[in-house]
Amino acid sequence: MSEAARAVPAAANGPLLAVRDLARYFDVSRPLLNRLIEGDRRQILKAVDGVSFAIARGQTLSLVGESGCGKSTVARLIVGLYTPTRGTIDFEGVDLAGLSRTALAPIRRRFQMIFQDPYASLNPRWRVADIIAEPIRAHGLIAGADAVRLRVDELLRHVGLAPNDGDKYPHEFSGGQRQRISIARALSSNPDFLVCDEPTSALDVSVQAQILNLMKALQREFGLTYLFISHNLAVVYYVSDRVGVMYLGRLVELAEAKTLFARPQHPYTRMLLDAIPDLEMSGRARIPVAGEVPNPLAPPTGCAFHPRCPWANERCRSERPELKATPTGAAACHAVEERRLPDARVVAPPALPS
Amino acid sequence: MTSPRANRPLLEVDGLRVEFPTRRGTLVAVDGVSFHIDPGEVLGVVGESGAGKSLTGAAIIGLIEPPGRIAGGRVTLDGRRIDDLPYEEMRRIRGRQIGAVFQDPLTSLNPLYTIGRQLVETICTHLDVTPQQARARAITLLQEVGITAAERRIDHYPHQFSGGMRQRVVIALALCANPRLIIADEPTTALDVSIQAQIIALLKKLCREHGAAVMLVTHDMGVIAETADRVAVMYAGRIAEIGPVRDVIKRPKHPYTIGLMGSIPTIGRNVERLTQIDGAMPRLDAIPPGCAFNPRCPKAFDRCRGERPEAMAIEHGQVACWLYANGRMGER
Ligand SMILES: Nc1ncnc2c1ncn2[C@@H]1O[C@H](COP(=O)(O)OP(=O)(O)OP(=O)(O)O)[C@@H](O)[C@H]1O
Ligand SMILES: Nc1ncnc2c1ncn2[C@@H]1O[C@H](COP(=O)(O)OP(=O)(O)O)[C@@H](O)[C@H]1O
Ligand code: SF4
Ligand code: SF4
Ligand SMILES: [Mg+2]
Ligand SMILES: [Mg+2]
Repeated sequence: MSEAARAVPAAANGPLLAVRDLARYFDVSRPLLNRLIEGDRRQILKAVDGVSFAIARGQTLSLVGESGCGKSTVARLIVGLYTPTRGTIDFEGVDLAGLSRTALAPIRRRFQMIFQDPYASLNPRWRVADIIAEPIRAHGLIAGADAVRLRVDELLRHVGLAPNDGDKYPHEFSGGQRQRISIARALSSNPDFLVCDEPTSALDVSVQAQILNLMKALQREFGLTYLFISHNLAVVYYVSDRVGVMYLGRLVELAEAKTLFARPQHPYTRMLLDAIPDLEMSGRARIPVAGEVPNPLAPPTGCAFHPRCPWANERCRSERPELKATPTGAAACHAVEERRLPDARVVAPPALPS
Repeated sequence: MTSPRANRPLLEVDGLRVEFPTRRGTLVAVDGVSFHIDPGEVLGVVGESGAGKSLTGAAIIGLIEPPGRIAGGRVTLDGRRIDDLPYEEMRRIRGRQIGAVFQDPLTSLNPLYTIGRQLVETICTHLDVTPQQARARAITLLQEVGITAAERRIDHYPHQFSGGMRQRVVIALALCANPRLIIADEPTTALDVSIQAQIIALLKKLCREHGAAVMLVTHDMGVIAETADRVAVMYAGRIAEIGPVRDVIKRPKHPYTIGLMGSIPTIGRNVERLTQIDGAMPRLDAIPPGCAFNPRCPKAFDRCRGERPEAMAIEHGQVACWLYANGRMGER
């Protein structure tokens, strides 16, 4: 935990954010007429289906998982871009769904989001200073053009840019610099909580290092709390305190970052870790990854991972495992619960039935 | 099929230069790049975006879009010079002798035709076979790239496949005519790690079993570590360092490679701060004189700002850095 986080009074030490049984379904049916003519059924895509986690102040929780597992949907639910189909989002113990629009506004200011694509998320026709000042003006945080500009200059310096960069347009900047602008914009409303959805995925590794270093420094300086989303597990290892692994709209494992990487419990986590190319060139034999993420419109019965799981049995095919506490965290797997899995990375799993 | 003479590299690139004429002068995007790839060997090419990786690949397969042009150097495939061939002749070599795989599988597949039709057409263009034989070969290829139920799936359209499977189809397409050289430009960048691992395993297998030479462009060092035999690190249109993958990753020589390796987060390595190379790669119209890396280089000295370092031989590879001039080993 960072210095600033330790400095907050004990009373505020409950989780900053807690989501419970969060779900979001999308209706992806074809138009009604087609359904009537062709007899198609209504199709519901359960992008997020019952996710619960909490993030302590000043900490970073990361969500990982393959494309389409629902990471961005969780992010968008939390910042209010989607309304939940089910479940609650508590901020400092207050259920956001219970608040009126006017009561919500000052809380929304304290959440900001940084997106993957620094090209698409900045308005190309605005000067950088206006982009950064937009949340300040929208929330009426600072009065007077000069005072706003002073604040913008300060923010530009915080993210490693120069005050005169404020007069330029986004196209005059590289990808990494644009991501710095996005971060300055997100910081302008003095948020406590940043949702970062793949903030470095579009950047080169050397630029990624600059942005990750900056994000960590800002977290220390301002006591920020992060929900960090990435499919790059090494990046997640570097930034996170805790990690949640998602599969088809559900959390399958949640643990301290170091623990999750050293002793993964859930078979899916083990598979993901095993798929990472080995920069150390230890020559470790990799277990070939089987199959791909199933169609989210027709998820498998029981445990959604069972078609790819080397340890699946009858129970797995019929009964959906819930996220349950384990000695090292939490996992949603019958085999983990039944203790019939070997220790991770010690024993190779049995060959997959073909 | 011509068989290679022993000990001759399959691909030789010598002093390659790619230019773009613009109103404000000529931009040099690839500047004196030289390397070779042996049969059965995977050469990894890494570097930041804009370093010239894709253009180097495009120049080899003769697909530089005008007004861009190859302005110097030569490309030799199996002893035959190919950079100055007429368009039609180069088109035959592409596909027949060189297969290409790009980042986005959708750009290589026609959404209106079944994948079977696309495979069969390509096979019939390059090989002397009947349509039935071509279809049988297409099914074999799909099986080889790991598509199950290939007999059925061959009649599906590209949108009916997931991203990872489409990329396998593209690889199958690139392999249709048993090419000697495969140029793969970021073939796994758009894919999830689990599928990425499958594609890498596939490329390695093909290289081993078909004796193909592979040029693998990526900015993922992990992919390089697992796949490549040798690696070339590009910076601002030039090769900064080239050598056996183990040497370059474990004992990088060029200050840029050293910075690059330090900036990659690694699972199990606990650091509070990643090594950071400050600044950014220069744009083509603002490449500094001397060593292009000198404004960002922590070891730069006078000579670096005035004279451009050429590739210098070291142990098993080459490095373009004055720290290694005259047999010096990285000390000023
Ligand atoms: N607005 C929407 N309408 C219909 N389906 C949606 C919508 N948004 C997301 N989905 C679907 O919900 C699922 C989860 O999507 P989401 O964008 O959250 O995935 P993700 O984990 O962020 O993936 P990625 O790593 O590719 O960004 C996917 O199957 C996606 O197609
Ligand atoms: N059609 C073009 N016109 C002008 N410059 C180009 C063109 N295509 C590429 N370039 C420039 O050439 C350089 C190398 O590009 P590229 O080979 O695509 O880089 P990489 O694949 O390493 O990211 C970049 O600076 C790029 O902007
Ligand atoms: S519940 Fe069964 S199928 Fe699912 S991950 Fe655990 S062992 Fe595998
Ligand atoms: S030549 Fe000089 S500036 Fe260039 S990498 Fe070597 S030491 Fe650094
Ligand atoms: Mg997403
Ligand atoms: Mg490229």
